[in-house]
Amino acid sequence: MLNLTCPNCGITADETDLHCDGQAHIARSGINANDDELENYLFMRDNPKGVHFERWRHIYGCGKWFNAARCTTTLEVFGTYSAQTFTPPKALINKIKKKRPNWEGFTK
Amino acid sequence: MSSITALNGAFHNGMIEIKDAGLIGMITLRGDLKSEVVAKALNFVLGVTVPDQRKITSTPKGSVAWMSPDELLIIIEYKDVSKVISSLNNILSGSHSLVVDVSDARAVFALTGNAIRDVLSKGTPADLSKDVLPIGEVRRSRIAQLAVAFWFTDEISCQLICFRSVGAYIMEWLKNASENGSEVNFH
Repeated sequence: MLNLTCPNCGITADETDLHCDGQAHIARSGINANDDELENYLFMRDNPKGVHFERWRHIYGCGKWFNAARCTTTLEVFGTYSAQTFTPPKALINKIKKKRPNWEGFTK
Repeated sequence: MSSITALNGAFHNGMIEIKDAGLIGMITLRGDLKSEVVAKALNFVLGVTVPDQRKITSTPKGSVAWMSPDELLIIIEYKDVSKVISSLNNILSGSHSLVVDVSDARAVFALTGNAIRDVLSKGTPADLSKDVLPIGEVRRSRIAQLAVAFWFTDEISCQLICFRSVGAYIMEWLKNASENGSEVNFH
């Protein structure tokens, strides 16, 4: 059971009220991208064992997107934050580092 | 032809009373809820301020519910909808907003009874405890696999809305979940 708190409406929603849309903070490759960059943008995704940043949508609730940081092995949720960000908030990264000292940090 | 509701007067009395709430005017308003113009529009239509996150404000004239950070549901008398929509559009003209009549796109249930929280809990993952869902707060979630919104108007009364096309299914679901003998006695 995964419970995430939607930062848009403040509801702590069950996984089944939400929809996961994969890795967060993916930079779009534009019209000038070469084949490798485009392939990377379209198909290549992180699949970490541990800390992971994901996009979620509160699909049965307020309908809005947000980002979440969680551990893929323990399902521990480190936090959720606005989808209108390019990188996770510093406070959240520090919190994760404290809990997972061996974590390599956020890489884009 | 006169308007009829999706539930067409459906009624059931089991652990709780389930009733077609009748023809209700519903207007979706999308826009910047922090803007002055939305505040002005609500003040004009119902004489209220923009409700806080997840709250519903009720007046004798109607109610307004917070549905998402940029969406409100205005609930008024069915016959007043077109009049209210034109005054909303007048006030909101020029601002990035949307006003839509959804009265006939929804089914509305009026639930009454002590066991409403137990009955709804059989099909929704939402926390229905009185602390998390107090009177006057709207919760959008799902029942079975269908999107619904519900709010308590007092200890034993609840309004529940869903899409019109699935109104009959939700009615059957509620009838089944509130069958006498299936009491949970949790909430």
